[in-house]
Amino acid sequence: MNNTHTPLIFEHSRPGRVNTTHTQRSTATAHSIPGSLLRKTPPCLPEVSEMDAVRHYTRLSQKNFSIDTHFYPLGSCTMKHNPRACNSLAMLPGFLRRHPLSSEQHGQGYLSCLWDLQEILKDVTGMSAVSLTPMAGAQGEFAGVAMIRAYHDANQNSERTEILVPDAAHGTNPATATMCGYTTREIPTDGNGDVDVEALRAVVGPQTAGIMLTNPSTLGVFDRRIKDIAEIVHDAGGLLYYDGANLNAILGKVKPGDMGFDVIHMNLHKTFSTPHGGGGPGAGPIGVSKRLQPFMPIPVVGKKNAADKEVYYWLTEKDLPQSIGRLSAFMGNAGVLLRAYVYALLLGREGMTRVADYATLNANYLMARLSQAGFDMALPQRRATHEFILTLKRQAREQGVTAMDFAKRLLDYGFHAPTTYFPLIVPECLLIEPTESESKETLDAFVEAMAAIQQEAEGDAATLKGAPYTMPLRRLDDVKAARELDLRYKTKPVSDING
Amino acid sequence: MPFIPHTEEDTRAMLDAIGAESIDDLFDEIPAKLRAQSLDRIPMGRNEMAVSRLLHERAADDSQPLSFLGAGAYEHHIPAAVWELTTRGEFYTAYTPYQAEASQGTLQLLYEFQTMMAELTAMDISNASLYDGASALAEAVLMAVRANRKSKSRRILMPATVHPTYRKVVDTIVRHQGIQLEIVDFDMHGGHVDPDNLPAEPGDITAMIIPQPNFFGALEDVHALTDWAQSNSALVIGVVNPTAMALITPPGEWGNGNGADIVCGEGQPLGVPLSSGGPYFGFMCCAKKHVRQMPGRIIGRTTDLEGKTGYVLTLQAREQHIRRSKATSNICTNQGLLTTAATIYLSLVGPEGLRQTAAHSHSNTQQLMEKLCAIDGVEKCFDRPSFHEAALRLAKPVDEVLSALDAEGILGGYDLSTDYPQLGNAMLVCATETKTEADLEHYAAALQKVLA
Amino acid sequence: MSNVPNELRYTKSHEWVRTEADGSVTVGITDHAQELLGDMVFIELPETEANYTAGEECAVVESVKAASDVYSPITGEVIAVNEELADAPETVNQDPYDTGWMFKMQPEDAGEVDELMDAEAYNELIAEEGH
Repeated sequence: MNNTHTPLIFEHSRPGRVNTTHTQRSTATAHSIPGSLLRKTPPCLPEVSEMDAVRHYTRLSQKNFSIDTHFYPLGSCTMKHNPRACNSLAMLPGFLRRHPLSSEQHGQGYLSCLWDLQEILKDVTGMSAVSLTPMAGAQGEFAGVAMIRAYHDANQNSERTEILVPDAAHGTNPATATMCGYTTREIPTDGNGDVDVEALRAVVGPQTAGIMLTNPSTLGVFDRRIKDIAEIVHDAGGLLYYDGANLNAILGKVKPGDMGFDVIHMNLHKTFSTPHGGGGPGAGPIGVSKRLQPFMPIPVVGKKNAADKEVYYWLTEKDLPQSIGRLSAFMGNAGVLLRAYVYALLLGREGMTRVADYATLNANYLMARLSQAGFDMALPQRRATHEFILTLKRQAREQGVTAMDFAKRLLDYGFHAPTTYFPLIVPECLLIEPTESESKETLDAFVEAMAAIQQEAEGDAATLKGAPYTMPLRRLDDVKAARELDLRYKTKPVSDING
Repeated sequence: MPFIPHTEEDTRAMLDAIGAESIDDLFDEIPAKLRAQSLDRIPMGRNEMAVSRLLHERAADDSQPLSFLGAGAYEHHIPAAVWELTTRGEFYTAYTPYQAEASQGTLQLLYEFQTMMAELTAMDISNASLYDGASALAEAVLMAVRANRKSKSRRILMPATVHPTYRKVVDTIVRHQGIQLEIVDFDMHGGHVDPDNLPAEPGDITAMIIPQPNFFGALEDVHALTDWAQSNSALVIGVVNPTAMALITPPGEWGNGNGADIVCGEGQPLGVPLSSGGPYFGFMCCAKKHVRQMPGRIIGRTTDLEGKTGYVLTLQAREQHIRRSKATSNICTNQGLLTTAATIYLSLVGPEGLRQTAAHSHSNTQQLMEKLCAIDGVEKCFDRPSFHEAALRLAKPVDEVLSALDAEGILGGYDLSTDYPQLGNAMLVCATETKTEADLEHYAAALQKVLA
Repeated sequence: MSNVPNELRYTKSHEWVRTEADGSVTVGITDHAQELLGDMVFIELPETEANYTAGEECAVVESVKAASDVYSPITGEVIAVNEELADAPETVNQDPYDTGWMFKMQPEDAGEVDELMDAEAYNELIAEEGH
């Protein structure tokens, strides 16, 4: 980590410092544009040399934890190795320079990759068709629930106004239901971490549009009664939505289509290892059962035979007139899809299953070791899936240290913190997802760090309260940030470049 | 095994620690009848060399014609340093900066990004980006409905000069919120919304969308439209091209009052390659009074325990992980990597470089129009001034002309006849700073031949 | 221990209510509620002249990590809101029963306030929730 103070790029700025290499010198004026529509003062963008910019952003990069530099067991986010081949091959000039509206004839290579990816995702999820267009998991969710709504609307079933969501669900689930004009009803979780089936039975009815489920759930366990849940909801006329956030846990082991789901979204940035990029881009393809196929978001890649040759083309409004419509200006996050495709090819059939195998092995191993080290698990009686929950409720009571304190102290030990305070129903929790790409040595080192922090907590809790100490900054004041909003640098005027 | 480090010995030792016989035992809670049988349609794994060869072959299938196509995605020069830096592992493989102390690189960069976007649009503040321009416009519409508490109608005026796909995406996303999207027609001579044709008493309007430049490349009379909308208590949503901001009046300065309320657009022109349509990023800025209605991640500056300056995610209580069904949006991510590229791009080109890029693109398009309109059977569709794109009317059906140009290795433009049949044989052309005098000549000669 | 003044009335959703001499009521959130939520960063208040029925959401209190609805304790019209909270949300933490008041309402039925919990009942409620 680079702990030196890094001023803002604007503070490096000097009036009149111009990089002539990067732009086409032009003496052109905008004489045809009337003065009232011209900008009067230039924007205060930085005026720096190329070296200034390169140094500045290199230094900033050194103030980040990343998978490339640190173990990053952020539960539910699947921070596993991002193979570099995926990046370099997705950035081949043929793919990179292609204009999204250039003809299909100029995109056969790219379209064939997307077609193959659709086929791979269909097989691994057990769904009838796949649309790659949603640009993120949350957009995939939106598309999924919008399709459920379109299906009910097409069947003149407008009295179905309610979406069921377990209380442990990701916040996106209820937020998505609202965006689709549904009300949300929460279903409680039973003591074993499964959906409370009796509670579910009590609330389904003619008002039920569907249920949104993550399986394995956000509690890191596989819901064993999924078939019963599917039956209850289907019998009531509702549909089942699969939140694919945890698909990596069952890749090649169970197909969501076989569990009875009607629609699913996949987070390619999780299961298919496309980079998280500091918060995006993602890609959230959806898979559907036969009955939802007419409602898929467009475009979708099709294949036909023309003059003894396979030709790939876009299915649009004309082909899918009942589609919920378009979600992006073009065809979704093509570059992310290509990265996922390369990853899928490198893994292959047998590699898919190994993802689930070793992600599960690592999680169960880490859970076993941490239990032996004296930590409490939220669901000790259950098998972990690809992730598990540790609760620090006891430490909070006995030593007055919180999950946040452990999280911050882990940074000093060179580990990114697990997800904290999610799911909301487990107090003082750490949601830990080691992923399949971490070695036993790394997991052992993490256990040692946790044990050492526990010792510190028992000795002098103040050490934890003050953490981190070795980062570029000490603990940051979130309350001040929210009360005294400072969302941009107050730039100083630069030289009048029109002068 | 690809990307799995375990030796057989490791696996054995780990299973022993768990108390399991085999890895398969770890799946014993999954009902047996649910276990997948096979993955027949997925090919067996290949090594990097084989996959690399396949992808090179496929990428080579995608030829690279000389392009005069814009329509929402623009070819600009991207300095080499942009993606060299952006793909550094520390940016590329980090995640949303939840642990602020270990994410100051991403957080400070996003704060710089917010500052740059607010500067470009002359608005008070910016968020840390949304998915793309079209979905950002949909979010802007939802935001306007929340922000304009006085309006009860949920009526949004949507000019027909807004990108046709953006209009479709907005419809898809806001359809279930009881929002009325009312299309405003354009003037056939100017290719813009004529403020004089707007009603004197339009009733309760929640917001009006104003594109600048509009889909035809033409410049709208933004001042008159803004004043009209705001005098009718409607919010103004600007949807703008970020490169153009270096040259034309930014939305923060539209009209006689306080400028636009919300501004969004496609960020791709700022250092993001065309890459078949994505990933790009949408940007969104707004007036300070609307900040709590803004969707997406927002970064704020604060201090640490010792009083040192630092950056954090802020205003999180608007977001789905806290507000759940009452969140401003279901969005969880920004387009971090693309905003990284855009921030570095804007630092490298600076205010003068961006102005030159804009001016050169504008001038190239003007020159191209002159050359093409000198050909028999080609005329300008509209007489309004334009930025770096313009509509032409041809004497022949556009699809035929575009196919013939294609055979010459030229992507001639965007066929407007499907979305705007009233314009006849119309197409949209664009010449950014990447085109040379010779490119323009080459296009003119090819079009002359095709139309002859 | 949270402060629960005897002279006020309380709701299950942790609002307090004070009947003023002119028959209007003043509403805020309890000391217990502000402790649970932590440092306030923003208070979204209802608009004056808006009408609410008892139990309807009418305001939002935001801390850094949580946002919570405030429910109208009675049926009536909002006649005033505490504008000071816009710039100083922390007042709700510091002084929840006095300067941290949130809004005033004109009740439709003056007797409705008497049906709310008294201090003793509210103390019991907090004690139960603690288990």
